[in-house]
Amino acid sequence: MRYSALRVFAEALRGQRGWRPAWRDPDPQPEYDTLIIGGGGHGLATAHYLASRYGGKRIAVLEKGWIGGGNVGRNTTIVRSNYLLDGNEPFYEYSLKLWEGLEQDLNYNAMVSQRGILNLYHSDAQRDAYIRRGNAMKLHGADAELLDAGAVRAMYPRLNFDNARFPVQGGLLQRRAGTVRHDAVAWGYARAADSRGVDILQNTEVTGLQIEQGRIKGVETTRGPIRAARVGVAVAGSTSRVMSMAGMRLPIESHVLQAFVSEGLKPLIDGVVTFGAGHFYVSQSDKGGLVFGGDIDGYNSYAQRGNLPVVEDVVEGGMAIMPAIGRARLLRMWGGIMDMSMDGSPIIDRTPVEGLYLNAGWCYGGFKATPASGMAFAHLLATGEPHETATAYRLDRFRRGLPIDEKGAGAQPNLH
Amino acid sequence: MIINHPLLGPRDAQEFTYLGDATLIDRPDGMADAAPEAFHDYLHLRDNPAGTHRELWYHEGGDRSWLVVTRDTRTHEITRVDLARDVALQRGRGA
Repeated sequence: MRYSALRVFAEALRGQRGWRPAWRDPDPQPEYDTLIIGGGGHGLATAHYLASRYGGKRIAVLEKGWIGGGNVGRNTTIVRSNYLLDGNEPFYEYSLKLWEGLEQDLNYNAMVSQRGILNLYHSDAQRDAYIRRGNAMKLHGADAELLDAGAVRAMYPRLNFDNARFPVQGGLLQRRAGTVRHDAVAWGYARAADSRGVDILQNTEVTGLQIEQGRIKGVETTRGPIRAARVGVAVAGSTSRVMSMAGMRLPIESHVLQAFVSEGLKPLIDGVVTFGAGHFYVSQSDKGGLVFGGDIDGYNSYAQRGNLPVVEDVVEGGMAIMPAIGRARLLRMWGGIMDMSMDGSPIIDRTPVEGLYLNAGWCYGGFKATPASGMAFAHLLATGEPHETATAYRLDRFRRGLPIDEKGAGAQPNLH
Repeated sequence: MIINHPLLGPRDAQEFTYLGDATLIDRPDGMADAAPEAFHDYLHLRDNPAGTHRELWYHEGGDRSWLVVTRDTRTHEITRVDLARDVALQRGRGA
């Protein structure tokens, strides 16, 4: 069923009786060509691009819970491509370009809103670093503008400009960045993949990997065994658990990241703003709630909830840059489990097990990467070769001494 | 979280900073033949279990001791706290 304004109009006249479920709820087949473990944004995007761009047939997505119930529904919905390093920037810029055409591709309203992201700077040294980053972005075809304090004040008059310790000197603006309705991304990809025959198997948890003589043969699930010669794992947050079934230890720790939403407010900030002197990022949803977050809690965790010290740290950052939010009440908060990799960058690669592929290590940048991650993983699954934008995301880069350490923090996952 | 310090009693986790898996105590021998591989493993690879995890915490806002905390990563429940010094000595490290 194709969605359109005409369709909405026609259904209104027919009492809305013509709508159908956006995807099927099929029973598992005994065998598929390709299995994708993980029905989050990345897994569903992979299935969609594999079916639509690479001619993949007989594909199933295995999800232990329900579609949109994991990290794709637990983020702050920001999309951007303001990275510095060569291994990252082309990939994230490709992702932003895919976001720009996503709704037409999926025939689904994902509320892609290019409202811009502004990274504030508070010192001369930080300005110089942002100039360098902005230039790196432009060299890879992304957009970047350096604003002085006056220009920032014109865009966001309610920031705390004259803070004695961290005065706002200006900001690095990426106008094409913005936000996307996260749940709609999961639903849109699921619907598009399903329409091309992909089986989306919800409430189907993988309990074992069938590996014979170094080759993947299929998986054990809570709904019985499923055979497949190609298996892609895209289960960020639980990657170490799934890959331990293949006897692999990974350069990943699982950490909890919290996010927060205030009560609905009248328009306060137009785009996404990040505080440069602490770790705090905020945008305002279309419903009016301020959506914000900060650092990870900093210790290994699989509990989808964090602790109060980080809540305090995040809101202190918010109060420092936008004191007005002190009057808003917090409506909701939640935690998601992140694959924190050893260099802060992701992994899209083959594994030592033939036919088993890995998409992992997204740290807390996974949402913005969803389309490019899906495309690159689909490319890898279909061709066995890395996608041109993802050649640096190799699993063995740590062994070879080629980490992509955007923050320069070293092999310390809780610092990325 | 409250960490029950073996010497100081229950302390708020905010006083501590976190390093990671307690296997970091077992630093490989840098002079061994297989040192590069051993150090790759030591520096980068983790079990990252969902469940009981032994990990290193540093009492930065306190007595500056290193602790080995045994904690469930699914519930954040802490079941045991040792001085890292004692653990290291038990494993024949340090003096």
